[in-house]
Amino acid sequence: MTDLGAHGDVNHVTTIEPRSGWRLVDFRELWHYRDLLFFLVWRSIKAFYAQSILGIGWALIRPVFSMIIFTVVFGKLARVGSDGVPYAIFSYTALVPWTYFSTALTSATTSLVTGAGMLTKVYFPRLIIPLAPVLARLVDFFIALLLVFVLMAWFRMAPTIWALTLPFLIVVMMLTAAGLGMWLTALAVQYRDIKHAIGFVAQLLMYASPVVYPTSLIPPQFRLLYGLNPMTGVIEGFRSALLGTNPMPWDLLAVGGGVAIFLALTGALYLLRKERIFADVV
Amino acid sequence: MTNVAIRVENLSKRYRIGLQEEIHDSLAVAVADFVRRPMSNLRRLRRLARFSEDDDRVEDIIWALKDISFEVEQGQVVGIIGPNGAGKTTLLRILSRITEPTRGRAEVHGRVSSLLEVGTGFHPELTGRENVYLNGTILGMTKAEITRKFREIVEFSGVEKFIDTPIKRYSSGMRVRLAFSVAAYLDPEILLVDEVLAVGDVAFQRKCLGKMGDVVHQQGRTILFVSHNMGSIRQLCPTCLWIEGGRIRQFGDSSEVVNNYLSDQERESTEKTEITYEEDLEKDFQVRSVRIVDEDGDPSRNFDCDKPVFIDVVCQVRQPVPHLYGYLSVSRTDGIQMMEADSFDAPPNPLDSLPPGTYLLRIAIPPRTLGHGDYELYLSFSSKFSSNDFNVDIPGTVGSFHLDDFISKRGNRRQGFFSTLLRWEILREKPASFESVDVVREG
Repeated sequence: MTDLGAHGDVNHVTTIEPRSGWRLVDFRELWHYRDLLFFLVWRSIKAFYAQSILGIGWALIRPVFSMIIFTVVFGKLARVGSDGVPYAIFSYTALVPWTYFSTALTSATTSLVTGAGMLTKVYFPRLIIPLAPVLARLVDFFIALLLVFVLMAWFRMAPTIWALTLPFLIVVMMLTAAGLGMWLTALAVQYRDIKHAIGFVAQLLMYASPVVYPTSLIPPQFRLLYGLNPMTGVIEGFRSALLGTNPMPWDLLAVGGGVAIFLALTGALYLLRKERIFADVV
Repeated sequence: MTNVAIRVENLSKRYRIGLQEEIHDSLAVAVADFVRRPMSNLRRLRRLARFSEDDDRVEDIIWALKDISFEVEQGQVVGIIGPNGAGKTTLLRILSRITEPTRGRAEVHGRVSSLLEVGTGFHPELTGRENVYLNGTILGMTKAEITRKFREIVEFSGVEKFIDTPIKRYSSGMRVRLAFSVAAYLDPEILLVDEVLAVGDVAFQRKCLGKMGDVVHQQGRTILFVSHNMGSIRQLCPTCLWIEGGRIRQFGDSSEVVNNYLSDQERESTEKTEITYEEDLEKDFQVRSVRIVDEDGDPSRNFDCDKPVFIDVVCQVRQPVPHLYGYLSVSRTDGIQMMEADSFDAPPNPLDSLPPGTYLLRIAIPPRTLGHGDYELYLSFSSKFSSNDFNVDIPGTVGSFHLDDFISKRGNRRQGFFSTLLRWEILREKPASFESVDVVREG
């Protein structure tokens, strides 16, 4: 028995002809391929830590070691302010969403080129490929997030009521990574420069986000401009919700959330527009 | 009125080969180019997916398919044949929506699965089980569907024992069997199969062909099957589509199309058995044409080890060349030189001071000399009295031929370089020398 998904219908007619211009996301088809998304996510998680001694422990090592170095360099030596909380937890709380964002963005960007073998051999909605790492890296994110609570207990801090907004912050964070990732991976199919640039661009972006310094250092007249980077609102939101350093930065989140949605929508549209040439130019 | 499964109308696909590297002849040019590179690279990369109307004249464009139209009815099994680069795979790619046509349209009725390779998406770190699910979903199955067929798939593959081992520990044969098994249990209305059956061990291939055959005859599934194996095309596909140069050459009854295709291939390869050279009045002696012929004088590329191979050289003498001799070298296509010969090996040398005129020189390679396989011929003519450092005329590589061994027991599986049949003989009487050896041993 065949399944009764979008393509299970014998009378289903597919017309193949040259298309051009913009197309909308075919959610029915995407739904039919949901199991593929699941297994690609699984492959991404498992392959990431295969044959390593520390395995999933690497999810903690990156943010923890960054925290230690930042605490010494920026906290102790440069004496960067940390909104009245210990610099270690101040930076670690930012590093958890940031590490997710940079690893998800990097793997999403390289995903189509890495998956070139699949692009040229089988049809399925290409959108799935960059989405898989965006979901897969959430596993590391949640493991790293647990350590925030351990650190909070250590420093005797309690989360605020705004911790309830974490799911919303996580969605904004994912939309940003997915949106930018879809844009860049579609471009990288044709221009491999993107692949070479993404590593250090991600690093530069970190300094455009309040990871090692607080947003309060930014002059007020530039605050909303700064908020155009969606990760600004997300990181400050994490700090407000968990550490209670400042009131929830709704202004930053409104601007950043808008940008994140815009990136995700245009990214998906751009990828769909470019989809038809992937197999030819990759 | 039967139902149409696939309807293709004026389908064309254009590719840009593009991205040829330019060659620098000096460091200065290379440096200047390095500075200009980003701009020209950008133009080149953008062009990869852009075409304009006057592009038809540009040489880096190829039409992989040009105005293809045909119809396949539901339940029909169609073989697709044609030489390499004919557009067979491009056609399957378009029908499976991997790439878009440049012009024209196609209509596909029903769920399509394409098998352009087996084991797409396989990851070495995942277990056999995980890879079955991953590969299955890539091919368009749902998780529930795979779970339902899982036992059968694994049984068919014969790797039950290792199903929870990462496939990087599998032998390549096991990996291929597992991949095939997933493919064999696909359940679409239309199946597009590329040359995937060319890998894997023969017994397993036969098993897969058998499974495909079952499916074909029982379930009325529509199949397009690309293959270079005319045997399996004849066996599996009643109808056949012959594509060449991006166009349809013939579409119809398999045995007829395959026969036409084979005789066309034969004709083409025979045409290549002659090589000719432009007249060069500077040369006192010149080769004008070379043909490889059989004992009836007919040009051929395929020979039987039991027949002689003749190399017919038409040569023109304008001035007698003292001490002129010919040189022939026979090499295997892997570059190993099998034999050298000079025209003075067995005197008299027929070329020495040959008077002006046009001659047919015939060189014979006797039967049962070289082993079965493919050979290349190299030819040159020299003289120690030549003004040009020995060289008189150097045609170089003049052709190639193929030898088959039908007579010896091992035939084309016979190892080694020669096809010589050795004489094995019982000598009735023990030679005297042996007796003395025996005596020594016993003593």
